[in-house]
Amino acid sequence: MSVQGPQQVLELAKVGRTFGEGATAVAALRDVDLTISAGEFVAVMGPSGSGKSSLLALAGGLDRPTSGAVFVESTPLAGLGLNELARLRRRAVGYVFQDFNLVPTLTAAENAALPLELDGTSARKAHRQAADALRQVGIPELADRFVDQMSGGQQQRVAIARAIVGKRRLILADEPTGALDSTTGQGVMEVLRARADAGAAVMLVTHEARHAAWADRVVFLRDGRIIDQAAAMHDPTMLLTQAGL
Amino acid sequence: MSIRHSLLALLQDQPRYGYQLRVEFENRTGATWPLNIGQVYTTLDRLERDALVAKEGDDGEGHVVYSITPAGKAEVRSWFAAPVERNTPPRNELAIKLALAVTLPGVDVQAIIQAQRVASIRALQDYTKARRDTASNQRAADTAWLLVLDSLIFQTEAEVRWLDLCEARMVQQAQAAATGAARKTSNGATEDAPFNADSRR
Repeated sequence: MSVQGPQQVLELAKVGRTFGEGATAVAALRDVDLTISAGEFVAVMGPSGSGKSSLLALAGGLDRPTSGAVFVESTPLAGLGLNELARLRRRAVGYVFQDFNLVPTLTAAENAALPLELDGTSARKAHRQAADALRQVGIPELADRFVDQMSGGQQQRVAIARAIVGKRRLILADEPTGALDSTTGQGVMEVLRARADAGAAVMLVTHEARHAAWADRVVFLRDGRIIDQAAAMHDPTMLLTQAGL
Repeated sequence: MSIRHSLLALLQDQPRYGYQLRVEFENRTGATWPLNIGQVYTTLDRLERDALVAKEGDDGEGHVVYSITPAGKAEVRSWFAAPVERNTPPRNELAIKLALAVTLPGVDVQAIIQAQRVASIRALQDYTKARRDTASNQRAADTAWLLVLDSLIFQTEAEVRWLDLCEARMVQQAQAAATGAARKTSNGATEDAPFNADSRR
């Protein structure tokens, strides 16, 4: 394994995904090459039907490609059986969904601890790590509160805590700000940014330019292909020129 | 941007000389709109001609100090009181470019939109990063700069949303045109229309 440069956490190599067969086959993704390194925050944009969510599902092992290969922390997902794949998803990959997908009858800490407990971690250890994750997303005081007693923004923070709990290094977020007002949405971006700055690889699917702008790199999808990428320049002189004056 | 009114407003604070005005203006607007010192002096000349400022003399180090007159103060008051004029839409090169592109044959409008989108998102990334860095300093002196950055972020976001809309319109039009063409060629039957693709087997 290479130790030079930033470590690749996610690699999609010539990935294609076709639904259906023959005359009715629809290619959702074609020949997609995409790599995300540790500490990198990548946003994926594109019109609806361009393949954004399919890409995220393949990256997290929720779906398998029809061609090409997906690697998470250098492990080829194609070589894993169902149980191994489920274990990798619990240990290495965190998901944040638009509608949170929290368990309403559990507290914030219990929700955040869930992936660890499913993976066989002792309850005590799992809850300690869940408390740590809740602290990282800025709501340590809500640990014992039930999910339905929380605001949408707080629930989304719990969902992010569940996605980052333990030692997960790949965070996949599918329109995580969809149900939130703009201030709360920005709070979610702050948490994702902080996770990337702390060394996680983050992939965000969004249609909001102002959220994509938090990423180091923005990937544009159309008709299942990557057609463009934009990386921030971080050049103050350009900032002034772009202001138009 | 009204340099004239900006300089007057700064002189209402206290008498200043040209270079001080330039530095003060840039400090208060986060250096987003750099002022040319030549612009400052020609503007001061015109303000003096219009009796809105007066030369106070030398500060002892060879700088000519200007102060605001009562007429100048009245001018500043009415500037702040009046909303910024929107009667004539400001000339927007992007809107003009796209308006021409959609009406000229052989121009790839989608490519123009995408190239602009990449550039706009890149600018938005830079503004967002600058805002994040500035906000994390938590300095009161940065308030004006943060407001300017917010304004740039909103403007750029609006531009990207408008580009998305332009593109969606183009796609709709292309689909409508294709549907119409399919109807014509198949003599009334619509089996080639895209939305009927699922019913074929």
